[in-house]
Amino acid sequence: MSSATKIEIRSGPHIKGPRSVEQIMANVVWSLLPICGFFVYQYGISAAASLLVVTGACLLTERYFVRQGGQAGDLSDWSATITGLLLALTLPPGFPLWMGAVSGIAAIALGKAIFGGIGFNVFNPALVGRAFVQAAFPAAIATYTPSFLPGRFTEFIPSTLAWPLMAPADSAAWLQAMKLDALTSATPLARWKFEGTLTSTWDLATSLAGHMAVGPSPVLILVCGAYLAARRFMDWRIPVAVLGSAAFCALLLYALYGTRYPDPFFMLFSGGLILGAVYMATDMATSPVTPRGMWLYGALIGMLTVVIRYYSGLPEGVMYAILIGNAATPLIERITQPEAFGTAVKKKERGR
Amino acid sequence: MKLLSYFRGETFARGIHPPHHKETAALPIRRLPFAPRLIVPLSQHVGRPAKPLVRVGQEVVRGEPIAAADGFISIPHHAPASGVVEAIELHPTANGPWTVSIVIRVHAGSTQEVLWRQPRELDGLDADRLVAAVQETGIVGLGGGIFPTHAKLKVPKEFPVDTLVVNGCECEPYLTSDHRIMVEQTDELIRGIGIARQLLGGARAIIGVEDNKLDAYEAIRSRLPEGGPVTVEAVPTKYPQGAGEMLIKTLVGREVPPDSRSYQVGAYVQNVATLANMGRLMPRGEGFIERVITVVGSAVAKPGNYLVPLGTPLRFLLDCVGAKDEALEVVFGGPMMGQAIASLDAPVTKGVSGILVFRGRDLAPRAARRTYPCIKCGECIESCPMGLNPSTLGMLAVKREYGRMADDYRLGACFECGCCTYVCPASIPLVQHFRVAKAVLKGRKAA
Repeated sequence: MSSATKIEIRSGPHIKGPRSVEQIMANVVWSLLPICGFFVYQYGISAAASLLVVTGACLLTERYFVRQGGQAGDLSDWSATITGLLLALTLPPGFPLWMGAVSGIAAIALGKAIFGGIGFNVFNPALVGRAFVQAAFPAAIATYTPSFLPGRFTEFIPSTLAWPLMAPADSAAWLQAMKLDALTSATPLARWKFEGTLTSTWDLATSLAGHMAVGPSPVLILVCGAYLAARRFMDWRIPVAVLGSAAFCALLLYALYGTRYPDPFFMLFSGGLILGAVYMATDMATSPVTPRGMWLYGALIGMLTVVIRYYSGLPEGVMYAILIGNAATPLIERITQPEAFGTAVKKKERGR
Repeated sequence: MKLLSYFRGETFARGIHPPHHKETAALPIRRLPFAPRLIVPLSQHVGRPAKPLVRVGQEVVRGEPIAAADGFISIPHHAPASGVVEAIELHPTANGPWTVSIVIRVHAGSTQEVLWRQPRELDGLDADRLVAAVQETGIVGLGGGIFPTHAKLKVPKEFPVDTLVVNGCECEPYLTSDHRIMVEQTDELIRGIGIARQLLGGARAIIGVEDNKLDAYEAIRSRLPEGGPVTVEAVPTKYPQGAGEMLIKTLVGREVPPDSRSYQVGAYVQNVATLANMGRLMPRGEGFIERVITVVGSAVAKPGNYLVPLGTPLRFLLDCVGAKDEALEVVFGGPMMGQAIASLDAPVTKGVSGILVFRGRDLAPRAARRTYPCIKCGECIESCPMGLNPSTLGMLAVKREYGRMADDYRLGACFECGCCTYVCPASIPLVQHFRVAKAVLKGRKAA
């Protein structure tokens, strides 16, 4: 033992588990890729361009604020990529690209950087971005284009390529020119709310039927979410609580007033509920950290979704339900602290 | 979770499953040679330092008392080798501060037999005499607790103890010294359990052995009479199964409330190494002068379970096991709760159950991991055996809200097992935050 040997001193524990922030975030990105692929399959190059532009805007904004603010993290933690992909998946296909870029910038700047970057954000950044453009461009965000249009891989939806600050071209005339049967540009939720027509559960769950105005397949999202939950990169409690609570509320209303409300399956598979429950409500930084809090938080979101969908002027309520759930998170955490060892004195003793 | 426990066997909630790394489990205990100089710090335990009984230049024989207990919460020390007292001076210790130590120059030609002992009949001794006899051995909690064993054995009369929980879990990765003791010193262990039961008024004893060392379980079970008051049980391998509260929960099903001692729920926990040493030393009337230590790690050429004379300087020990590198991290204890030592001149003391020696370059990737702000993934809450909220505690610590940590989030219940820090994907040094917070609060209380 030479006296030149250096001694390194670190505080314990001296071994470390395999988990890292980068690993968690990268796995969420991997699990999102099939969903994004399906989205592109549904809507063609318009969806692909939207995914690229929105994610790019998020990454550039993140880079700018991390450089400026000296915040922890950078693009290598993948969190801005998740925000971008999720945000693009919530925007209607054919949403003008420049508006998509605005939503990406708003998501990172107003949803994340303003609070101090990764881990400090109060609201889900992707939903902040979407709420921003919903308020700024209410017409464009309500304009849906049907899926599986012929020529979707060679031709952009006209509104996609609108010049910045210009109103998008009207897609209605362009659709008319295609002369397709059974074409609908209204989302299933809007059709139920404003026209009173229901879409079949199978079509909703798979998103495979032609010419519907729907997002990526809820079944595919559930499969990808199950992968994340199984590898424990996502807490399974939150989606189970959100979907369970939404289904319960819908079932209750369906049982009481069956003719006025759709069945619980319609509630579950329509709109963005599955995507929201699996990928948005589960955002770690904005959801409660306590296990009991997760149940409460999920139940609140599910209930609020049903209430907004049924009793407000809006056809869809997942976004606001999750944002309200985010806002309630500190309160929920406060009342659901874990039970410390030895505080629940149980009289049960193992017989020997 | 409740349902799963039926498959895995009843145990405490949460906890973690780090890789076991019990590579030295099959290596028999070997004796380490005597260093030319042995350094015996007067304070190797919780309580007042011992008072020296020898003078510089005095000849001592192996086993002879060289320092006497100063009061009840204190212990004597014995000469770990025959030799000459070279100095009584300040010397570096593992924790950092220098403390008064007796330096013995070992006689090179000596046979190093234990020449000092006071054998006695233990049967029929009353509790007070028995406690005094335990104190004379100078033994402390060898699992790392270093609380004087005799003082722990003096349970207040108003709390009847019905169960002696014998801790053979050795839940820390890498460490195998308790495992070897259970296999090789089974009779001494059972004798020690007998002495402890005598002191506790005939309480039943349950030996808990983690199910990754079933040979130790078998060795003990084969020596226990069927239907006797002493039983052995295999418990699920899970960290920190060897924490007293956790093992009581697993074996007896009782939870020790916060701010309470285990005897308040009628249980008493003692580590197997402590009991085996009591069983060996007390009938012979000898002092505690050597202990089994697992020496292992990426820098160790000859890992193993060594019987090390107390006071052996770390530098000498590392030479014996062939540890060398330009940079080392040396840990006294296990990798989860052990402490990195600051000086290679520090001696081995009574509380050291393992010595881990890692090459600096093996640790570099871990040290290079970026620390993120808490992303509130909740892994720490799912791992905390005490049911605390390390996530929120960590955020409060960063804001230096130490008072709230203690008052609202039960910081005092944390025993620094390190589970939260092990699992944290953001690499936040949570346990270190909690140690600092506790130290600050202690300072405030004293002020």
